[in-house]
Amino acid sequence: MSLLEIKNLRKSFDNTGVIKDISFEVNQSEVIAIIGPSGSGKSTLLRCATTLEKPTSGEISYLGKNLFSTDENGKVHIANKAELKEIRSYFGLVFQNFNLFPHFSVLRNITEAPVISGLLSKQEANNVAMDLLKKMGLEDKGDAYPCQLSGGQQQRVSIARALALNPKILFFDEPTSALDPELTGEILKVIKSLAAEKMTMVIVTHEMSFARDVADRIIFMDGGVIVEEGTPDEVINNPKNERTKAFLSRFEN
Amino acid sequence: MFVPDLICGAVDMTVIFTRLSGGFLKTLIIFFLTLILSLPLGLLVTFGRMSKIKILQYAVKFYISVMRGTPLMLQLLIVFFAPSYIFNAKIPLEYRFWAVIIGFALNYAAYFAEIYRSGIENVPKGQYEAAMLLGFSKSQTFIKIILPQVIKNVLPAITNEVITLVKDTSLAYVLAYTEMFKVAKEVSAAQSSIAPLMVAGLFYYVMNLLVAFVMGKAEKSMDYYTR
Ligand SMILES: Nc1ncnc2c1ncn2[C@@H]1O[C@H](COP(=O)(O)OP(=O)(O)O)[C@@H](O)[C@H]1O
Ligand SMILES: [Mg+2]
Repeated sequence: MSLLEIKNLRKSFDNTGVIKDISFEVNQSEVIAIIGPSGSGKSTLLRCATTLEKPTSGEISYLGKNLFSTDENGKVHIANKAELKEIRSYFGLVFQNFNLFPHFSVLRNITEAPVISGLLSKQEANNVAMDLLKKMGLEDKGDAYPCQLSGGQQQRVSIARALALNPKILFFDEPTSALDPELTGEILKVIKSLAAEKMTMVIVTHEMSFARDVADRIIFMDGGVIVEEGTPDEVINNPKNERTKAFLSRFEN
Repeated sequence: MFVPDLICGAVDMTVIFTRLSGGFLKTLIIFFLTLILSLPLGLLVTFGRMSKIKILQYAVKFYISVMRGTPLMLQLLIVFFAPSYIFNAKIPLEYRFWAVIIGFALNYAAYFAEIYRSGIENVPKGQYEAAMLLGFSKSQTFIKIILPQVIKNVLPAITNEVITLVKDTSLAYVLAYTEMFKVAKEVSAAQSSIAPLMVAGLFYYVMNLLVAFVMGKAEKSMDYYTR
């Protein structure tokens, strides 16, 4: 069974279609990179998949559990509160602008969620957080506040925060776009190490060489549809579609 | 011959201080009771103002605009006299005090509500989204994530209101409630001296220095982070 299945997904804002019939699956341990021009609906797609946005129609399910679906009459079915809670525990989302809690220390940013959800005791959460911080190269920053960290460090904390809940799948929405260019490398390195550990990930990114290196599969989106999809070699090295070619040509140096 | 009484020793400072201290105690009671009631009430008003229920939202909006758009003195009079008109009954003596408190609390709740609202709206949407996806319930999100940031956001504006409240307590004299300002006027008239008024001014001024000091400390205690 695929971890995430999206079928015929559509999303409109004020009757303007932003996602127009998108279908794809994410399997266990797969890394998918979503690329495409700005405004093509990448964020909206991730936001629909992560319950932040309600789709207009289509189907989203995690491990066969239905998050959202519409029947042939267009009647919407949404997971109930308990199912929603369960499904939300399957995934984590890393935001473009981190969204760390500014009034919590780095350590508390990571430990608070697993503790209040009853997943871990305070002691266990602290241990998990320290391990994660070590992995992120931030073992000495536990007591710091987000405002005292660089953007790259803040993003690593937010990745640690998501990982502390032990998600089955991790979404990234342009995790390096808010960073100074010299700080993107440290984030990409962390994501690569997660890929090496077989973490399932869906990554929206503008870093083409990174996408080629890390992804098993690349999805190129434009105008709310998947224009081309395949291995990095197929999509980035040998694109077939003219729109893909045009988009990629902008990244050649 | 007229000799300014502040310079000559004709006025009895002991009497002034004793009487004003008694009034000041009442002023303090108005001040603290108003804060204790209006600070939380303001939060409820904000929730009403930000409610998705349109009728509630408009009703609260109207309440706020009336509270902010009419003189507090007038509001105090209305709160005091309204029951006798509505119930056609004699007003019990203790009601004088409660009319002062209710009038102040209703008025300040409206001002605090508007301050809270801007403080809440200044917390980025991403904070709610992150909290929700991390498994925080709605109430956990508000109490643990949003409220602490709102408090930091609103503290400077709250300080301004509290300083205004210190001075506004003097309006209670319109209901003949014997707080410090009314006492000062009486003593001033009895002694034909402005010294009691000057001393009252000193009380208000020192109290506000204290308010500014305490609120400054509170603001400083939240300086450990920025957004
Ligand atoms: N909440 C919203 N309300 C209205 N329009 C929106 C909203 N969110 C996104 N859009 C529109 O949807 C389109 C796709 O946006 P987005 O998903 O952010 O694209 P991308 O992430 O690929 O840049 C854009 O035209 C954007 O203006
Ligand atoms: Mg985007």
